[in-house]
Amino acid sequence: MNRLDRLFQQKQKDILNIYFTAGYPNLEDTEPIILQLEKSGADLIEIGMPYSDPLADGPTIQESGQVALKNGMTLDILFRQISDVRKKSDIPLVLMGYFNQVMQYGEARFFDKCAEVGIDGLILPDLPMDVYEQDYQRMISDPDNNRDLRISFLITPQTSEERIRKTDELSTGFVYMVSRAAITGAKSDIEQQQIDYFNRVNDMKLQSPRLIGFGISSHDTFSTACQYANGAIIGSAFIKALAKGEIKDTVDEFVNMILGNVPTN
Amino acid sequence: MTYAINTKGYYGEFGGAFIPEMLYPNVEYLRNNYLDIINEEGFQKEFRSLLKDYVGRPSPLYFAKRLSAQYKTNIFLKREDLNHTGAHKINNTIGQILLAQRIGKKRIIAETGAGQHGVATATVCALMGIECIVYMGEIDIKRQAPNVARMRMLGAKVVPAKSGSKTLKDATNEAIRDWINHPEETHYIIGSVVGPHPYPDMVAIFQSVISEEMQWQLKEQIGSPNPDMIIACVGGGSNAAGAYFHYLDNTDVRLVAVEAAGLGVDTGESAATSVLGTKGIIHGSRTLLMQTPDGQIVEPYSISAGLDYPGIGPMHAHLIDSGRAEAVSITDKEALDAAFHLTRIEGIIPALETAHAFAALDKIKFSEKDNIVINLSGRGDKDLETYIKYLDQQ
Ligand SMILES: Cc1ncc(COP(=O)(O)O)c(C=O)c1O
Repeated sequence: MNRLDRLFQQKQKDILNIYFTAGYPNLEDTEPIILQLEKSGADLIEIGMPYSDPLADGPTIQESGQVALKNGMTLDILFRQISDVRKKSDIPLVLMGYFNQVMQYGEARFFDKCAEVGIDGLILPDLPMDVYEQDYQRMISDPDNNRDLRISFLITPQTSEERIRKTDELSTGFVYMVSRAAITGAKSDIEQQQIDYFNRVNDMKLQSPRLIGFGISSHDTFSTACQYANGAIIGSAFIKALAKGEIKDTVDEFVNMILGNVPTN
Repeated sequence: MTYAINTKGYYGEFGGAFIPEMLYPNVEYLRNNYLDIINEEGFQKEFRSLLKDYVGRPSPLYFAKRLSAQYKTNIFLKREDLNHTGAHKINNTIGQILLAQRIGKKRIIAETGAGQHGVATATVCALMGIECIVYMGEIDIKRQAPNVARMRMLGAKVVPAKSGSKTLKDATNEAIRDWINHPEETHYIIGSVVGPHPYPDMVAIFQSVISEEMQWQLKEQIGSPNPDMIIACVGGGSNAAGAYFHYLDNTDVRLVAVEAAGLGVDTGESAATSVLGTKGIIHGSRTLLMQTPDGQIVEPYSISAGLDYPGIGPMHAHLIDSGRAEAVSITDKEALDAAFHLTRIEGIIPALETAHAFAALDKIKFSEKDNIVINLSGRGDKDLETYIKYLDQQ
């Protein structure tokens, strides 16, 4: 069974999805980060494929990508790392990146590789829904080729109701609710305007699970987001934390801080 | 076969709008409305009147007698350098500021390489009393200092782009991020025929006044609206798109696209996208770009800030990929020499970008009876420091 499907069957509230950039801070940190995130209580992990020109990302994720690329990260290395970590972990893994990376790898080859190494879902923010429907929808979930991938599309406070419905229909993983009109990493509190948007989407009774991301950085913002969706996504704040020290302790401390627990490690 | 854009926003397989959802409402609004807005009578009247009385159009089509004699052919120069602010860029910014006003936007952002588009944007914002923010690579801020000063005098805020190669690509990234952060009040005036659909078409339409004028000017001067060949430099490709526009489907007219080879196409320090590029996505458009096998965009290099870009617009990708246009690559040195040559033989100091188009005369074949139009996209005031340094080294 696809691990994302399993997760959403088992858990409908307070889902913690952590994003990190593969190859940051060091090339071979992918495995220790994933294993510790799972141990400390993350439910779902979004692995960023570092990109030279990440249009939707703020300085923190941009810089982590630059470091990762300097460290020599490539898609082939990343797939090898994921294949290794899959022998030790059963946590749902989602790959996030820009569509050009998929195109250059070769779309079919990329989806095959994802399926082979145990990736469960994809987030490709600049892949338009109409192009997806026309060219890739049948490819990513294709039993004949042993592909059973999920995909998540984004909505923002400016997305029309009609388009939110379309996003809900096409998303097979979860609907990624961008919390505000911003690139990643804009740190701030959750304002009334955003809560109105969360409520508006809530009232639409979508079929897909919803996770809120962008600007979630603390126990408070995580808890607030979880009141209005099935969970939340944390990226930049985690990457900032990773810069600070040894992986195991840093990851454990961070996850416990977000969940509001006393550290266990 | 047509080389114009199709209803889905593609030139052949190139184009489209590969953008994150945060940009979708603005881009979609433009897509649904740009043609109606541009074609509306009041818009056209205001656009045409500003082009005439403010920009100084029509720009002359000048028969370059001495240059023609030297190359043993007939060379006409389309004098976009004589436009207000000194380049073709203002044709587009006049159009886009009128559009921004009609869709109620109160804040303008732009990217710039050579600073010509930045100046042209700052100029129309001053003209209309609208706030203006221009993103410019840190390296370009240094090498195009006179234009930075002009933008500041015009009241624009110039924000340095410090990521990547600190040039045009990175300035464009920053402008796009700004737009994501300020979607409601902001219009993004892209400076070339790049970016997500409808930008490449919108910019090409505004620039198409160049070939529109060429048609009647040639008719007057040679008795036919058609030249045998049009030569233009290509950064993103807006001056070339404007010069080609009305001739795209007239295959009797040869189209020559001149790219910057930098230190040479094989040196690793180049911006010759049609030689070094492969199909992929840059700035929301499926086109040709310089990239690694893993899809990481390669940092380009050219002495000319306006051509120092790792992609080309989707129209040009299609024209070159299909064989409709010929691409020529010109090195820094060839461009510098061509700039001095044009200056000494015709008394016209071209922009460094434009100088690449003139250097192409040494690389292509033509006959004695050919009528060749070179799009003289801009003047060289902004490049004097580079030119004088080169002169002193000789
Ligand atoms: C004078 C001049 N010509 C050409 C260009 C290149 O742009 P495009 O290819 O869009 O015409 C620039 C860009 O800054 C310019 O200033």
